[in-house]
Amino acid sequence: MNYFIEQTVNALSLGGTYALLALGLAVVFSILGMINFAHGALMTLTGYALVFASLVGLPFGVAAPIAVVFTMGSAVVLELVAFRPVRRASGATMLLTSFAVAVLLQLAFQIFISTRPQIVPLPALLTTAVDIGDISIGVNRLISIAVAVVVLLGLNVFLRRTTIGLAMRAAAEDFDVTRLMGIRADRVIATAFALSGLLAAIAAVLWIAQRSSVDPLMGMIPVLKAFIATTMGGLGSLLGAVLGGLLLGAIEIYLAAYLPDSALPFHGAITLGVVIVVLVVRPQGLVGPSRELAR
Amino acid sequence: MPLLVISGLTVRYGAIQAVRGIDLAIEAGEVVAVLGANGAGKSTTLKAIVGLVAWGGEIHFDGASLQGRATEQIVRRGMTMVPEGRRVFPSLTVMENLTLGAAAHADGKAMPRNRAEAFELFPILAERREQRAGTLSGGQQQQLAIARALMSEPRLLLLDEPSLGLAPQIVDSIFELILRLKQRGQTILLVEQNVAAALDIADRAYVLANGMISMSGPAETLRASEQVARAYLGAAVEAAAP
Repeated sequence: MNYFIEQTVNALSLGGTYALLALGLAVVFSILGMINFAHGALMTLTGYALVFASLVGLPFGVAAPIAVVFTMGSAVVLELVAFRPVRRASGATMLLTSFAVAVLLQLAFQIFISTRPQIVPLPALLTTAVDIGDISIGVNRLISIAVAVVVLLGLNVFLRRTTIGLAMRAAAEDFDVTRLMGIRADRVIATAFALSGLLAAIAAVLWIAQRSSVDPLMGMIPVLKAFIATTMGGLGSLLGAVLGGLLLGAIEIYLAAYLPDSALPFHGAITLGVVIVVLVVRPQGLVGPSRELAR
Repeated sequence: MPLLVISGLTVRYGAIQAVRGIDLAIEAGEVVAVLGANGAGKSTTLKAIVGLVAWGGEIHFDGASLQGRATEQIVRRGMTMVPEGRRVFPSLTVMENLTLGAAAHADGKAMPRNRAEAFELFPILAERREQRAGTLSGGQQQQLAIARALMSEPRLLLLDEPSLGLAPQIVDSIFELILRLKQRGQTILLVEQNVAAALDIADRAYVLANGMISMSGPAETLRASEQVARAYLGAAVEAAAP
């Protein structure tokens, strides 16, 4: 039973991080109809910002918010420089553009920083564990869950209570009519990228808090997982992204915990098998896609 | 000087010339109808005015050229359009739809006043304020679409086929509503296939055919020459009927 509780904490922690990443992809997809494969590079960028902030002597608690804001800004700049010129182009063009941005950033990290992992010094608190009864749970896991919950609640308030939040939900359904409300298309799209940058950066900080190192490919695998999560949840649906992320985290952790040793090598295959089953049963994902995707 | 002046308007979709040189003007306080068969270029003309399609020629609103202006800029200058097929935001509540309608309004404090006015004009919306717009009936969605447009207090309201796809009784109530807006002094450019009903409330009308104006004049004159109008629209109207 204790083992199960520990694994559940792990599942929520990993699933929460996947959920934040998947949300970042879904926010942009719901408005532009583009899967942003440079999302992983934004994660990595957060990691290097953390490394540099630590190098100049800033404590983690200060470095992390700086890295998050830096990543948000970078996401907005990426939109301006790379995605705005192809906004009216076909989906394939936008997809390839996002691949190009991802590869360019990755190469830049390799050339200008290092191909080897860089260490991010973590505060001692993050590497300790708390004992509840005879269960021992890592503080980083608990923080990770708490942060994910706070971010999800905050995002929910933002999307319901602010005009720009409402405009983003509206734009996901009907972009032209949103503009007929006098809402600036550029502002909605820039906000979508800022939001996705924020989500990628927070996920990156949580990711690094479990690993304490950054390498040029750091963001690739988690964002690939997040892509699987958004697809499983229902492309374009924010709720689906969260559910997909949590479900994928749970599948991965419980399989790793309970599969017999002989089956462990097939862990990844079984995970993807479950995803395939979900998509065969519900091709539109767990939550149906939003009714009309913006062009 | 008229509120809206259009001269030599052209719109093409690829190889197809949808609008081929339209001249049109609307004075403040007027209700002007644009009539014609399916595919005559009516909706395209409206979309051009609000900048949702690329166009050639000249459009002046309140003396300023709209050339190169984005839709949101045009809306902020004081005109908006109720699009064909209503297009409310289905997953947003009635309230949220109305809030967005007021987003372009310079005065933030106007929101509650305009919303109260909208609820007075459309009591059903007040009742359903927390309901998702997608769950409303077609007639209620049309009311919401018009109420949403009015939230920005437009000096010019463009209505694109407000009666399309609605039951006859509902159509009557929508036209009654447009008449009430007219009595309040709202300037309206109305695109309709329901020729008789549109001529009943309009001051003037233009008849479009094949992307050009084939007739124009005061509503009474066009109604009097209804036979001519019918002869002109007849074939196309029948072809467009389900």
